[in-house]
Amino acid sequence: MLREDKMPHIWCPGCGHGIVLSAFLRALAKKELDPNKVVVVSGIGCSARAPGYLDFNTLHTTHGRAIPFATGIKMANPDLKVIVLTGDGDSSAIGGNHLIHGARRNIDLTVVVFNNNIYGMTSGQYSPLTPHMAKATTAPYGNFDYPFDLVELVKGAGATFVARGATAYPVQLEKYISQGLDHEGFSVIESISQCPTYFGRKNKLGGPMDMLKWQKENTSLGGKDESKIPLGVLVQTERTEYSSNYYKHVKSLAGGHKGE
Amino acid sequence: MTKKLVQGNEACVEGAIKAGARFFAGYPITPSTEIAEGMAQRLPREGGAFVQMEDEIGSIAAIIGASIAGTKAMTATSGAGFSLMQENLGFAAMTEVPIVVVDVNRGGPSTGTPTKPSQGDFMQARWGTHGDHPIIVLAPSSVQEVYDQTINAFNMAEKYMVPVILLYDEVVGHMREGIEFTQPPEIVERKRPTVNPKDYLPYATDNSLVPALAPFGTGYRYHMTGLSHDETGFPTGNPETIENLVKRLNDKIEDNKEDIIQYKTYDVDDADVILLAFGSPVRSARQAQKQARARGEKVGLIQLITLWPFPHDLLQETFAKTQASFIIPEMTLGQLADEVSKSVPREKIHSVLRNDGTLMTPAQLDEAVKGVM
Repeated sequence: MLREDKMPHIWCPGCGHGIVLSAFLRALAKKELDPNKVVVVSGIGCSARAPGYLDFNTLHTTHGRAIPFATGIKMANPDLKVIVLTGDGDSSAIGGNHLIHGARRNIDLTVVVFNNNIYGMTSGQYSPLTPHMAKATTAPYGNFDYPFDLVELVKGAGATFVARGATAYPVQLEKYISQGLDHEGFSVIESISQCPTYFGRKNKLGGPMDMLKWQKENTSLGGKDESKIPLGVLVQTERTEYSSNYYKHVKSLAGGHKGE
Repeated sequence: MTKKLVQGNEACVEGAIKAGARFFAGYPITPSTEIAEGMAQRLPREGGAFVQMEDEIGSIAAIIGASIAGTKAMTATSGAGFSLMQENLGFAAMTEVPIVVVDVNRGGPSTGTPTKPSQGDFMQARWGTHGDHPIIVLAPSSVQEVYDQTINAFNMAEKYMVPVILLYDEVVGHMREGIEFTQPPEIVERKRPTVNPKDYLPYATDNSLVPALAPFGTGYRYHMTGLSHDETGFPTGNPETIENLVKRLNDKIEDNKEDIIQYKTYDVDDADVILLAFGSPVRSARQAQKQARARGEKVGLIQLITLWPFPHDLLQETFAKTQASFIIPEMTLGQLADEVSKSVPREKIHSVLRNDGTLMTPAQLDEAVKGVM
């Protein structure tokens, strides 16, 4: 599944993105899909470089637009398994509109969000998922914005499968992604990922190991501790999937077509 | 074949269906909305898909995605929406994904005059997206031409693997004329790779300079990116590879200008004065030209159909042969005349400009002809 000739990857030492990608690949491997029928789409940013390392049909698009590109692919050929790999800025800032409308349509896309709380590719500006008063190169006095809760955002927009994992819990993350891949409809799996180079350094969070420790101390598997960030499958509902519903109607309409 | 009375935008819908378009994504905007409505009605019955997207950025992204999956795809918009599409228009040019974008031109800048005609997007259609990029822009001036040129737009897009803009003003989009839904002589389908998938280089080209990009899902797994890339499709920072890519992207259009460029001429060979126009002003110009000929004045008309690549060779040859004065009616502050001045001396160009949302009238052009004769 890897394009080994494209290694080494561009991610910094200690970056969590490799852990997210490997969890994704382990989940995908077990599905035994025909690689010719798998499409992986990304936008712009550190996470967006992931598809280049994968031996599928891979598409590296413009900033924030992976979901509408993927929507076109899925509607043109619903037999394809279409996956979006995106980051916190890519999905919730510049691509926020597409994220909520993808969720609203409930189109069958699996969206994995690599959330490192920062714009890493451009070297550390605050994103809509940077915590309030955390530091970034564009928030030298702390981030005056308040962050989105991505899970609540896409839940409110109508996503039918939503999970949150963390790179500190790769086995669980793999499980969430696996369930998301099986789900027919718009599924979002957010993974907390560490960026020691920019977010960690700017906020004096220590090295990668310290950041993983922070994740364990501040998250709660299954959301048992309500004072912490909940991890787990947080939304799982059934609603008619967009492309299959569309083509069901197309079949009946085209059947009634009398030609010219 | 019997004629049918249809609107310009309806003719666009029928042309797209005839050309094989089976995907449309769009966002409502006057004066193009009838195209979205028509596609929403027609596509499901043809087995295709229509999606109303959340904005124009998503609309063009979705049609590029559909085309990457092998389906002919179109969107339609007007100036404000066309501006929003510019980044992804460049993506399609860079990755060589064929799409058709209809821009039904209304008055600008900004929200401007939504229900009135303009040609102010003449330059935006060519240079709206950043960087040196290839593009083809076609400009019908009648309802029949909208139908014919919509089909031609898909053919050109598939043949040269390039985004094609169909640019016509509000008057052409909204007027009704009797037209024939003729069977086009040719429906072009994009080249498919013939090599073994293991040996496939998506951006390797032969003399045509046009790559054979396999639709996703057909067994050829490759990488597509808006970054500067090599023949494999993967990003590169190699200066020579970057230079060759940008050159090839532009040369594949430049080298095929003769095949791409379409125009019509009326009584040009002996002309002392030549009217040159595109879109709805062509209609008034033709009337004024006929009136002048009836008076015995040697007046000709050049109707541009392909706007970009711009037909500089035609203008240079025509001027060399006739030494004629050019009258250029346009619904802009002179965008077309500026381009013409690269081939015809400035002092031989007489602009007739209209930027108030009203039509260029035959009387106005008749006056202009009398003033130059």
